[in-house]
Amino acid sequence: MKIRLDTVVKTFDTFRAVHGVSLEIESGELVALLGPSGSGKTTILRMVAGLEFPDGGAIYFGDENATDIEVRHRGVGFVFQHYALFPHMTVGENIAFGMKVSKTKRSATEISGRVTHLLRLVQLEGLQDRFPAQISGGQRQRVALARALAVDPKVLLLDEPFGALDANVRRDLRRWLRKIHDELGITTLFVTHDQAEALDLADRVVILDKGKIVQSGTPEEVCRAPASAFVMNFLGDANRLKVTVSDEKAQIQGVVFDADGIADGPAELFFRPVDVTWREDGHGIQATIARVIDRPDSRRVLALTVDGQSIEFDAAPEFPFRAETRGFVDIRRPRVYPA
Amino acid sequence: MAKAKTRRPPRIGEAPVFRNSMIVIVLTLVALVIVAPLAVIGFEAFSKGIAYFAKTIANSDTRHAILMTALTALIAVPINTVFGVATAWAITKFDFPGRRLLLIIIEIPFSVSPIVAGVAYLFVYGLQGLFGETLQSADVRILFALPGIVLASMFVTAPFVARELIPLMQAQGRDLEEAATSLGASGWRTFFSVTLPNIKWALLYGVILCNSRVMGEFGAVSVVSGNIRGQTNTLPLHIELLYHDYNAVGAFAAASILAALAVVTLIAKVALERRGAGRVRRPSLAGTAPATSETTP
Amino acid sequence: MARRILPGLPLTLGITLVYVAVIVVLPLGALIFKAASLGPEDYWRIVSSERAVASYRITILCALAATFFNLVFGLALAWIIVRYRFPGRRFVDALVDLPFALPTAVAGIALTTLFASNGWFGAPLAAIGIKVAYTPLGIIIAMAFTSLPFIVRTVQPVLEELDPALEEAGQTLDASDLEVFLRVILPQLAPSLLAGLSLSFARSLGEFGAIIFIAGNQPFETEITALLAFIRLEEYDYPASAAIASVMLLAAFTMLAVTNLLQARALRYTVKG
Repeated sequence: MKIRLDTVVKTFDTFRAVHGVSLEIESGELVALLGPSGSGKTTILRMVAGLEFPDGGAIYFGDENATDIEVRHRGVGFVFQHYALFPHMTVGENIAFGMKVSKTKRSATEISGRVTHLLRLVQLEGLQDRFPAQISGGQRQRVALARALAVDPKVLLLDEPFGALDANVRRDLRRWLRKIHDELGITTLFVTHDQAEALDLADRVVILDKGKIVQSGTPEEVCRAPASAFVMNFLGDANRLKVTVSDEKAQIQGVVFDADGIADGPAELFFRPVDVTWREDGHGIQATIARVIDRPDSRRVLALTVDGQSIEFDAAPEFPFRAETRGFVDIRRPRVYPA
Repeated sequence: MAKAKTRRPPRIGEAPVFRNSMIVIVLTLVALVIVAPLAVIGFEAFSKGIAYFAKTIANSDTRHAILMTALTALIAVPINTVFGVATAWAITKFDFPGRRLLLIIIEIPFSVSPIVAGVAYLFVYGLQGLFGETLQSADVRILFALPGIVLASMFVTAPFVARELIPLMQAQGRDLEEAATSLGASGWRTFFSVTLPNIKWALLYGVILCNSRVMGEFGAVSVVSGNIRGQTNTLPLHIELLYHDYNAVGAFAAASILAALAVVTLIAKVALERRGAGRVRRPSLAGTAPATSETTP
Repeated sequence: MARRILPGLPLTLGITLVYVAVIVVLPLGALIFKAASLGPEDYWRIVSSERAVASYRITILCALAATFFNLVFGLALAWIIVRYRFPGRRFVDALVDLPFALPTAVAGIALTTLFASNGWFGAPLAAIGIKVAYTPLGIIIAMAFTSLPFIVRTVQPVLEELDPALEEAGQTLDASDLEVFLRVILPQLAPSLLAGLSLSFARSLGEFGAIIFIAGNQPFETEITALLAFIRLEEYDYPASAAIASVMLLAAFTMLAVTNLLQARALRYTVKG
């Protein structure tokens, strides 16, 4: 099922949570809504589910305007951030709930057969009679997913699906969710504030800031060509240097970088810590090493430019220099954004 | 004050002399202030023997008073339960203007003296009240009859169920109901299969406290009942009547029934508190245990 | 109004508003209307009559005394329940709620019998010249009994959650136990203690059932305001009853406001982070 949001607006009391967001999600696509807290991503997800109604704009499921359809008739599967499993029902009863209340009557054997099938799908065979309190966080997450899938939703929506889990469980579940998605081919939209999670899992990442979409694209597109300083920073560690642009060239200490399409005047130069080479002499921005921090697989070097701006970069474990050493910073893949 | 010189106790007030004298003094006071009144009821009720006690209880006026009390509770408690559940649902599942004001108004009956409540009802349904003449010409009796007793009882216990449910349902949030709705459940289905099972102990707790108060209410009911022996007397009013008739044994025999109810209520309360009821709470004039609010893990 | 996600608002809010209007607001409104229809002069004459003023004085003074007794006893009771382990502790904890569970009329006759001049407590007290039943002392005892649980139950949870590190900090600064209690523990208990005090005081002001049996009910001496309102009613002096009841209602609303204010303050202190 294709989903389309057309200039959707949502305001809470006086706080504008979502400013005219338009978005298309292709049938069968797995899309991540990525952004810091307060960026409006959960509100967008809840509006798609019908758990909030937009103040303006429209939401289409296929060709149907779904904006005013109530959540119980919208046919979405929603996985809540804290799972919202019914604590007084067993795992099996939780999964069966949607089928039992459905207008499409199913026989008891049909329901129990489907529960068994879903339990196998989420790899929880044998836990049918446990209560939510008796299973682990990762298992609860999978029960929540099975419960959402049990009603044959047109769309699967997940709110911070791995937010409450340990790092290890998180990574396993990510890969597993991708596998399930590929098996079922169901249109899936999930919300996360963790860029690694979004990049790892999604076909397409939609990055939000202050209620607006700031960039949308495949993980490769957003990583290689961040649309703004915000995206650059949000996706990972980045160095920032003040530069001056004239004639589409950014300049710092006589070193010149391409700045296509940037207006003349002060601007900012961004680059990743891995995109730096330290040179004892020659070409680059002059700097002094302030400190070297050791990590299992590399060394992180903290340096100061001549005009006092700080730079961090990663070097090989064999990097021989210490504090006070002077040299030059050679930057690869620089990006210039207006200040 | 005794202070251990060699080794300081880990927390203050742990010095044995202080600790033991505190316990002894306070427990003695508990025995005098709380246990003695309970004991004297049993003692007086049976002061002329079991047979006399049984005869007193079997007295037709007493039997009628028990019936009136039971009937009042049977009407007032279910109505207040429905009201409490509806109020808690409206207040915790939705945001609407005036929500805080409503919360305060619901709590008003706790702070109003039962006598004031009774007098207030008189000015609604009494002859000199708002609807007095209308009611009289329609030949409907509210005051000095069961409806008046039920209404006054409902007033004094109005907040009992709601105040147990609101903090709990607030802490539970709306996720479960939203999940049930997103799975296609109707409102009633959501309430009965998802909400109710998770609030049942708190609900029962509120109902038990409400019932205890309805059955024991004296002040408000004494204004609106008319104290007609064998007709409009509830058990507490009947106790007063017997007591003023210098029938102390009769009064205490009747009182022992209500005291037994109080003890049963306390036991049920403790049992329900072990199941988590009554913990999420804020203090009020209700007359039950307050506590700081807590959220579900 | 914005659209609702969960169903049931019209039904539940409808039930709530109708109920609140009919059961709570209508009678209180009728009482205020009746009192207001007296006119300022008559109203003032009734509420400032000598007998009424005497009843206020007795009610307030006795309520203050009862609340003070509960402050000391309630705090001590909460302290031993929370801080000490002794056999029967849970039983005592449960027993604290008895005054709320016991109907007031039952408490009234029980206390009267205990403190009558031939009662279990009355006789020995009479021997040393103290008369309780049918004196203000009796009123104080009835008020203290019916409002005892408030202080225990407001202080108890706060006492349970006190951070031991604060006491230890006091001790490392070489303060005595009494100093630590007065300077470290009491200030932390103060907001909830005040809230409990105001609840206890408010309850005592309005108490009726437990008091009328033990009080003696002599005008100017042992007549509480609630009883005066009741007596005026029995004399068919409805305007006077309305006026006096309206004074009690005003006192109740004042105490409700005070309590809410104190609780808001108490929350301000206890809310973490």
